[in-house]
Amino acid sequence: MTANNEVLLHVDNLVMHFPIYRGVFQRQVGAVRAVDGVSFDVKRGETLGLVGESGCGKSTTGRAILQLYKPTAGKVEYEGTNLVTLKREPMRQMRRKMQMIFQDPYASLNPRMTVGQLVGEPLMVHSVTTGEEIDKRVEQLLELVKLNPAFATRYPHEFSGGQRQRIGVARALALNPNFIICDEPISALDVSIQAQVVNLLEELQQQFGLTYLFIAHDLSMVRHISDRVAVMYLGVIMELAEREELYNNPLHPYTQALLSAVPIPDPVADAQRKRVILEGDVPSPANPPSGCRFRTRCPIAVPLCAESQPEFRELRPGHFVACHLAK
Amino acid sequence: MTHNSKLLNIEDLVLHFKTLQGPVQAVDGVNFSLDSNRAVVILGESGCGKSSLARAILRLLPRNAGTYSGHIYLNGNDIMTLPEDDFRQTIRWAAISMVPQAAMNSLNPVIRVGDQVAEPAIVHLGVSKADAISLVKKMFQHVGVPEDFINRYPFELSGGMRQRVAIAMALVTSPMLIILDEPTSALDVLTQANIFNVLKRLKKELGISFILITHDIATSSELADDVAVMYAGQIVEVGDTYRFFDHPLHPYSQKLMASVPRLHSDKEPEFIVGRPPSLINLPQGCRFADRCPARFEKCVQNPPVFEQDGRQVKCWLYA
Repeated sequence: MTANNEVLLHVDNLVMHFPIYRGVFQRQVGAVRAVDGVSFDVKRGETLGLVGESGCGKSTTGRAILQLYKPTAGKVEYEGTNLVTLKREPMRQMRRKMQMIFQDPYASLNPRMTVGQLVGEPLMVHSVTTGEEIDKRVEQLLELVKLNPAFATRYPHEFSGGQRQRIGVARALALNPNFIICDEPISALDVSIQAQVVNLLEELQQQFGLTYLFIAHDLSMVRHISDRVAVMYLGVIMELAEREELYNNPLHPYTQALLSAVPIPDPVADAQRKRVILEGDVPSPANPPSGCRFRTRCPIAVPLCAESQPEFRELRPGHFVACHLAK
Repeated sequence: MTHNSKLLNIEDLVLHFKTLQGPVQAVDGVNFSLDSNRAVVILGESGCGKSSLARAILRLLPRNAGTYSGHIYLNGNDIMTLPEDDFRQTIRWAAISMVPQAAMNSLNPVIRVGDQVAEPAIVHLGVSKADAISLVKKMFQHVGVPEDFINRYPFELSGGMRQRVAIAMALVTSPMLIILDEPTSALDVLTQANIFNVLKRLKKELGISFILITHDIATSSELADDVAVMYAGQIVEVGDTYRFFDHPLHPYSQKLMASVPRLHSDKEPEFIVGRPPSLINLPQGCRFADRCPARFEKCVQNPPVFEQDGRQVKCWLYA
């Protein structure tokens, strides 16, 4: 992979709160703090993996970056332009450069549109090409994702899960974007075909110099595709490091627990390893714990953890961690 | 192998569904057996008939069920021949219970979880409500749900807790065998690990047997003693867990294992080209032949099951 040091996307203290309304007058009584101060950079040409349990805010982060939600606060800079303050039309122009691949290929493709219409839709919406040009481009795109161009007249239900997800990839590629957010693109697929979609994403990245934000909960697959990995918990990033560094030398107790819980398909190795088992559940993001959000489940928490939220600091070059006790 | 020495012995089980296009051969001649206090995992891609196999064992048949035949011996008695009333009273939930797929969403949202878990005990064991509730408390302890959750509604519980409640419901009648259909697929890794610890403890403490149905190969190795791989309605390989995960025999099992991403390995995961055949229109010979890298002339004929060091594999390579 050809990551250089040029920052393509800079996310600074991104906050996304969803208000909770109650009562006759629908007064706001609180907020679900889905994303609560997230900062990171994505470099041009790299893949940044974003992992965490369900409900930790990883998909919300992706959507807030693309301005599919209006962020409550913070900055999202794409090639130096702050997207949060951008007006409607310039933002629409901007969207050509950044696209999204959605989680469930069974739900995200309109069943009443043919593959040709689905893949051609972004071209029409953005009036990039018209008429026969669209058909030609659709053909090209289907070939790129290794689908037979003759399939353009078929409907999504005629395809398998892996093929549908490739239609989703073709749709995302239609406008020649630089940056693609992959929101759990393989979690709805059988394990036997996951690698097919992942390999395709990697090939396309090399061919077009694409930059990915790869959102997933499967730590094993994230390791295979990412250059750097960020671990999220309850709306904040707990740890961010180069792939090898994070997997071989996790500093945050949450990352350590997550890694130790990943199943290994090998009963011998499985019996030998030590596991950090976390009790309890993720607290509600409407009412997160004071101080460090992980402290309620943390095996090594001390009183300090309840008092102040740990700073997201760089402990080693390129290795950031939000924990008072990490050394 | 006699029927009597095993807890469960399934012979030539067939379950077809009627559709306008023709019969869907979801379970097509399945054989396997299970000793008591053992766990077998049934592995396979989606649509290979795993869940239908579970339904066939428990005789939970949908309206469009067609052919339903074969033998299921439970402690030596063929339960296939039992009339429906006897089956319901003595087998389903009394001897064999099930945790259905997406169990966390299969709880009734308007009934307190304690009452839901108590219901099978009241129906099958004939105990009073009060006795059933105290039984529920005991089950909650086994699966790690706090006792005071008895009066809560399902929406007040997290996914992992609801899954535990569903396991408690399968456990409450003290069955010999529990069928778990994708028990952890909708859960996060940390919750998954917790649920599997619960299952392992239940197996050790209560001596229950499990049939674990899953497509998640990595998690299955934790609980299972034996592995059965299912493909297109048939079981293509049966073996013990240690040897299976070390070197699977059937080319399909090998490709399936190679597609699992590993946490600490630089080997890139592979994928299996093509897709499983339609269960309506199955090929004459080996059902995996179209996608098999080791295919040769013989594969146009349907392979029998070959024995290989105590493991069974349905592939001509082992003739």
